[in-house]
Order: sequence, then C-alpha cells, then structure tokens
Amino acid sequence: MSEITAERVSTPATKLDVEAVRSDFPLLHQEVYGKPLVYLDNAATTQKPRQVIETVDDYYRHYNSNIHRGVHNLSEKATAAYEEAREKVRRFINATDLKEIIFVRGATEGINLVAHSYGVSSLKTGDEIIISEMEHHSNIVPWQILCEQTGAILKVIPINDAGELDMAAYEQLLGPRTRLVSIVHISNALGTINPVKQIVEMAHAHNAIVLVDGAQATAHTAIDVQALDCDFYVFSAHKAFGPTGTGVLYGKAELLDAMPPYQSGGDMIKMVTFKKTLFNELPYKFEAGTPHIAGVIGMGAAIDYISGLGLDNIAAYEHELLGYATSAVQEVKGLRLVGTAHHKTSILSFILGSIHAHDIGTILDHEGIAVRAGHHCAMPVMERFSIPATARASFAIYNTREEVNTLVRALDKCREIFA
Amino acid sequence: MFDLKDLYQEVIVDHNRSPRNFGKLEDADRVAEGFNPLCGDRLNLYLKMEDDRISDIRFDGSGCAISVASASLMTEALKGKTRDEAEQVFNEFHDLVTEKKPEDTDSITHLGKLAALLGVKDYPTRVKCATLCWHTLHSALEGNTTPVTTE
Ligand SMILES: Cc1ncc(COP(=O)(O)O)c(C=O)c1O
Repeated sequence: MSEITAERVSTPATKLDVEAVRSDFPLLHQEVYGKPLVYLDNAATTQKPRQVIETVDDYYRHYNSNIHRGVHNLSEKATAAYEEAREKVRRFINATDLKEIIFVRGATEGINLVAHSYGVSSLKTGDEIIISEMEHHSNIVPWQILCEQTGAILKVIPINDAGELDMAAYEQLLGPRTRLVSIVHISNALGTINPVKQIVEMAHAHNAIVLVDGAQATAHTAIDVQALDCDFYVFSAHKAFGPTGTGVLYGKAELLDAMPPYQSGGDMIKMVTFKKTLFNELPYKFEAGTPHIAGVIGMGAAIDYISGLGLDNIAAYEHELLGYATSAVQEVKGLRLVGTAHHKTSILSFILGSIHAHDIGTILDHEGIAVRAGHHCAMPVMERFSIPATARASFAIYNTREEVNTLVRALDKCREIFA
Repeated sequence: MFDLKDLYQEVIVDHNRSPRNFGKLEDADRVAEGFNPLCGDRLNLYLKMEDDRISDIRFDGSGCAISVASASLMTEALKGKTRDEAEQVFNEFHDLVTEKKPEDTDSITHLGKLAALLGVKDYPTRVKCATLCWHTLHSALEGNTTPVTTE
C-alpha cells in the first residue's frame, strides 16, 4: 500500500479556489458505481462550467436565429454575439486582427483546412513537410494524404526516452525543400510542452511556415500567437471548457488571403452568378454554411471563464498538482510513467506492471475514476515506447489532491486483483 | 450494483497470467488474425483440422486480461470439437455476452468454464475484448484471409 500522509493532503498555496471552481461544474457532483466521480479524462474533453451551459441555453431560449442573414432583431443579436466571440478569441490568443480568426469544427478541421487549402495550392513534388513522432493522428493523416496528392515528402522529428523532441534532429531535417512544419504544442499522450517559439524561429530561418496544434494547450497555458510568431494555430473549444463541435483556426492574414476557399456555399461569397462567383473577404471566405452558432457563443463564455480565473493561476495550480500526482503515483509499485519531459503539463500516462491499460481503465472506473486507456490516437508514440497502450490520467483546474489519493488507492487495488 | 469480482474472477486472472495453448502451432492448417483497434489487442489463432474436427488449437498475441483469458478458455473448450459443435458454442456464448438471450442455469452449465466471462456483459466496452477470439475463430473456420477487426 502506498501511504497517504496528512502532509501530502494539505492544500497547495495558489490563488485558485478549487472548491469554488468545482461548484461551477454541475457534472462533477455525481456518483459512479456508488463512488464520487473523479474525472481524470480532461485531455479527451473537459467538463463545462454552468457559465457556458447557461450561455448556450440562453441563446437557444432567447435569440436563436441565423447570423449575417436576417435584418430582424434576433438575427442581429445572434450575429453580434457570434462576432463578439471572435473578438474574445482574438484577445485570448493575442492575434492582431479579427479576420485571422476562422471558426471551424475543431483542431482536426483546422488542420484539414490548411492541408487542403494551403497545402494543395502551394506544395509540389519533392517539397518537404516536417511533423514529429508525438503527433496526434489528426496531425499525421492529413499530411500523409497531402503528400500522396502532391508528391511532397513527410519527415518526422524523433523523440527521446523522456518524450521530448530531438531538436538536433529537427535542425538536421530542416532544409531548402522544407515548406511546412506542423507540430503539437502539448502532447496529449505524453504531456510534453514543446518549445514552439524556437521551433518556429528555426523553421522561419529556412522560409518554412509553421502550424501549431494547440488542442491540449488552451486550457492550461496562455497563448500569444504574435510572440510565438507561428503561421497557423488550431484548437478545439471542448478541451477548454467549451462546447464540442467548434474550434478555431488562427492564420496570418497574408497567408489566409492568398489561400483558396476550403468549402464553398453560403456566407463565404459576395456575389454569385452562373458565370462567376466573388468570394467573401476574411474570415468569412473560410466559413461556408451555417456554423455552430451556439457552440461559438459558448466558446466565448468558456474563454471568459478561463480569463476570469487567470491562466497564470491555472498554470500555477496545475503545476503544483502535477508535481504532487507525479510523486504520488510513483509510489505505486510497478508503475512506470511514459512521458517524463522536463516541461510538462498535467498529464500522467503510465503502465502498471504487466496489467493491460484496458483492465486498469475498467477497475478505476469501478472506483468512480474516469481515465483514458489506449493509444490516445497517437499510435506512433506507443510504437516508440514499444507498448500497446497506456492508461492516462489528465488533470484540469477542478481536480484536487484528494482525487489524486483516490487514484493511487485504486491503482493499488489493480495490483491486488492481478497479484 | 456490478461487482468487479464478477468480471475479474479467479479463473480469468489465472488464464491471463498463464494462458493455456499459448504459442504458435507450427503445423497449423488454418491461421487467422484478430485486431481490436480501440485497445490494441492483437491475436493470432492457429487451427489444425482433422476432417471436420479441431484436433489442435493454439493462439498468441497480446491484449488485456479479458481478451487473453477468453482466448485461453476458448482453446481449452474447443479442442476436439467438430466445426458444428464449435459454432454452437460460439453462438451460445455470443448470445449470452451480448444479452440476446437471458442467462439460465442450462446455458451456464453448457458453457462450463467459459461462463466465467459472462461478467463482461455489464461492461459494454469490454464485450469486444471477450469476443475478439471468437470472431477470429469464425474467420479461421471460414478460411478468410483478411484480419478480423472489432470495429
Ligand atoms: C494533440 C491533439 N491534437 C488534435 C486533437 C483533435 O482534436 P479534435 O478531435 O477536437 O478535433 C486532439 C484531441 O484528442 C489532441 O489531443
């Protein structure tokens, strides 16, 4: 048995009032198999605070209507709220201009948009695209397909045993044919925080552009696209307390301007005749059809929620919790962490003796603990570490040290069952 | 309330720790591969047929406790059975774990040790782990060459 001492349970000294935060999330207050829910699957999707739920509810109850189309009062209200969310996103990631904020379905669609629109129009046979060994499938497959379509070549930055990028190897991969580098900001399978600013500088020195997959970043760390100087940045609202089915593609205006539309239809046009169609300006050129209006407005509320807590406070709290959890789980006999990068977010991916991750997932579930078990849509990472799967506990602002202790006790139970 | 002990029974823990009939069957005349993309379970099933009878059956691969124990128990249950008998056990087992048929004492007696796996029916995501080997068997008996996946 791992011991849980009183000292370890004492609350960390940060400005975040975790009990107040928890009271904002209605879903957390329930039992699973008769045990209080411990939700540790935040890298898959986070729970939603009542502020987001109420904002979406309010939209459907009081001003649901289509945007940019009606002259009536409801449509004007909906359009204003939708565009206000765009301004919230702009401020949230410190973009210079509203036209650089494209609403999409999520990180996956953002990457696909760039691969189809920028990739197909700009890449030629023999051009090179660089990704890394720690990418989510959504940042691998679109580039593989693009390579098949254009004859471009995919190159992969290897990672070391701690789950960090091999930056020397990256330097070697960059060359005169490198056109695009697409890299994850924070790895969902390992928790590694990549040195994005440095990656961008190095790519720009070779005139290559950079897309950053920020799916795991926005709930945990402040984003400043100008400071990073990345060319594209994508993220999903649902991983940062917002609704599913909505997200953002940020792109530098001059790149977006030069890119052909991705999908076509209503909203993305200025004028249509059967001879010729005039495309709308940014950002609408890339927003064909009726978008997820409620989702976008809800994402705005999620950003307000995060800003209200303060990303510095969030990062400090999670850093403490990660430190606590890391040393706590390492006391479980036979547990090995997969992903021990120096710069890490609050994700613990691990294997436990010879117990399969799926069995761990089921046993933890029985203790009320929700974790992810599997390859985390990052099969090359599993291959790199020669394991079929890991169990992953991923933490958010509402998780506590007590929950970590519950996790540790449940892991001991896994060992007992398979003893 | 579901009890974990119903899922991870002693038989299952034991067959996971020391799977029976584990390892390649060198003179197999039928081989099939099963794959569960959700959790990465991988299974190779080797059969040796004598006319219509399974004279030998072995498996290898890696997976969770449920999938390994299920494959181990299946090989034990099927050695020496005819093709029709094997299909019959498969159908019975499948209907019970997918709750197409209610459990009764008769069917449980029929299944023998395999009944230890019936605990999975309370865990919908784990049913595939228990049935992977059976689908692979089906494919081996049919002589299919494309790998079976649970998706
Ligand atoms: C690192 C990373 N990139 C991309 C994605 C894809 O996000 P979505 O499914 O919301 O489009 C995820 C989600 O799991 C992720 O973790």
